[in-house]
Amino acid sequence: MRGAAKRGGYLLLGVLVLLAAVAASLTIGSRPIPLGEALDALLHPSAGEAALIVRELRVPRTLVGLEVGAALAVAGVLMQALTRNPLAEARVLGISAGAATGVVAAIAFFGVASLAGWIWFGLAGAALAGALVFLVAARTRDGSGPVSLALSGAAIDAGLGAVIYGILSIDAATFEQYRFWVVGSIAGRTPAMAGQMAPFLAIGLVLAVVTARGLDALALGDDAARGLGHRIQRVRLLAAVAAIVLTGAAVALAGPIAFVGLAVPHAARALVGAAHRWVLPLSALLGAALLLLADVLGRVISPPGEVAAGVVTALVGAPVLLWLVRRARTVTA
Amino acid sequence: MRLEGRDLVAGYEERTVLDGLSVAVPPGRFTVIIGPNACGKSTLLRTLGRLLKPRGGSVLLDGAVLHDLPPREVAQRLGVLPQAPLVPEGVTVADLVARGRQPHQRWWQQWSPGDQAAVAAALADADIAELAARPVEELSGGQRQRVWIAMALAQQTEALLLDEPTTYLDLAHQVEVLRLLERLRDGGRTVVAVLHELNQAARHADHVIAMKDGRVVATGAPHEVVTEQLMTDVFGLACAVVTCPLTGAPLVIPRP
Repeated sequence: MRGAAKRGGYLLLGVLVLLAAVAASLTIGSRPIPLGEALDALLHPSAGEAALIVRELRVPRTLVGLEVGAALAVAGVLMQALTRNPLAEARVLGISAGAATGVVAAIAFFGVASLAGWIWFGLAGAALAGALVFLVAARTRDGSGPVSLALSGAAIDAGLGAVIYGILSIDAATFEQYRFWVVGSIAGRTPAMAGQMAPFLAIGLVLAVVTARGLDALALGDDAARGLGHRIQRVRLLAAVAAIVLTGAAVALAGPIAFVGLAVPHAARALVGAAHRWVLPLSALLGAALLLLADVLGRVISPPGEVAAGVVTALVGAPVLLWLVRRARTVTA
Repeated sequence: MRLEGRDLVAGYEERTVLDGLSVAVPPGRFTVIIGPNACGKSTLLRTLGRLLKPRGGSVLLDGAVLHDLPPREVAQRLGVLPQAPLVPEGVTVADLVARGRQPHQRWWQQWSPGDQAAVAAALADADIAELAARPVEELSGGQRQRVWIAMALAQQTEALLLDEPTTYLDLAHQVEVLRLLERLRDGGRTVVAVLHELNQAARHADHVIAMKDGRVVATGAPHEVVTEQLMTDVFGLACAVVTCPLTGAPLVIPRP
């Protein structure tokens, strides 16, 4: 069909950008390692210091960055489609707040003191909050339509936010640990953590691909989607499950990283148009690349210290979002 | 293709709009549903098009109960253009029309030459082939309406149901859309449309269904339905019906 070659070109470009980001993530840091040496460390395990840094620190960090970036971007596409709201991202469906509540509860009530333990509490909290938002919305007249999803998500987000800050404000010790998670980072993650999140990512991506055509139809309105032969409640349910699983896993693993889920879908749509079979894969590529590059930037921005990737995405994100808003206005005018 | 509703009861929440309505759509003809605001025209069209599940009675498609058939199969036989579809940001005409192919595709299926041919034919039939690469947001209302009709055409269904396809269009564009629907009818399709403009209904329809308060008041050829007595009853407005000097169709004129 028209433009398929051009869109395929953008996908290829996305792959190249991602490869460059991976290379940067493996080589750049407080101890720069040439690309050849880094690849050598991957292919021929040796005991050298550089090889150890690459294998033990940079590879897991890069894998987690790939997973989290792709998951957040794809989940952003799904949530924007579900709510028909171009500003939708992890916060809108209450998923971020759910994960944060899980982590706070793990620290404050269960005495869990390590990231490896928080991940499961974060994932459970995200799933519970996301499921609650969807079930509340599904019982409205709107039938989990855009408005009821956005409203019940905003309500859960606000309510859980109150719970989180309520606990943190009376429990300084919990806050002392929580702040390392909530800043949003992919540093210090282990290969085991990357492995634990992989199945969730896979499930979310498969569901996203399955619902791509249904989301294209839903974008035309509920009646139009029904007229094209879709069971719209089923499309919404599958897309919501995918969004919850992807966001929950990503946020649990890396903390609430802003902006990737919001901006990457916009960038992808600007390049390949509105069809989800193109937007989804390109968003996955660009989301992974963006998070890796933000992480790399954070490593070099203020040596010898590091700035968390979540801080960098937010810092870089704000001006880019303003640019997107300006662009959107010129399109509709 | 035979499409009929039997003893239909349908509505929203507690409100019942259609209460025991029966209607048959003549195959291969252009049928227009008329009636005052809130009389249930759209509800009837949505029920016939499987967008709304009736609470009682049934819609029959070639004798089979419509709401028991798989939605995808229905969408291969029955195209529906709802009242106010949404235009996704940045979508081009070709992309939007291509979505009409969805009932013929599966999620693992790539775009086929058959899909390509159907979209090209739909663009040509709706006379918008030269707009294919344009963003839909940039188009005028009349062009947009033809894009939506083209999407329904790409669905390649035997029947096409349209809810107020001429609303928001100026007179020239209204006539353009109605002529397009006539051409589709001439090509063998069954066309059903909800229209507000009585004179257009009388002029372009083969078959008119007049509704009031959720009931069918009269059905038949335009000159049988569009009469002084019936129009006065249905719309509660004293009017005269004269013969159009150009087409011979009934022409409704409100009495001063």
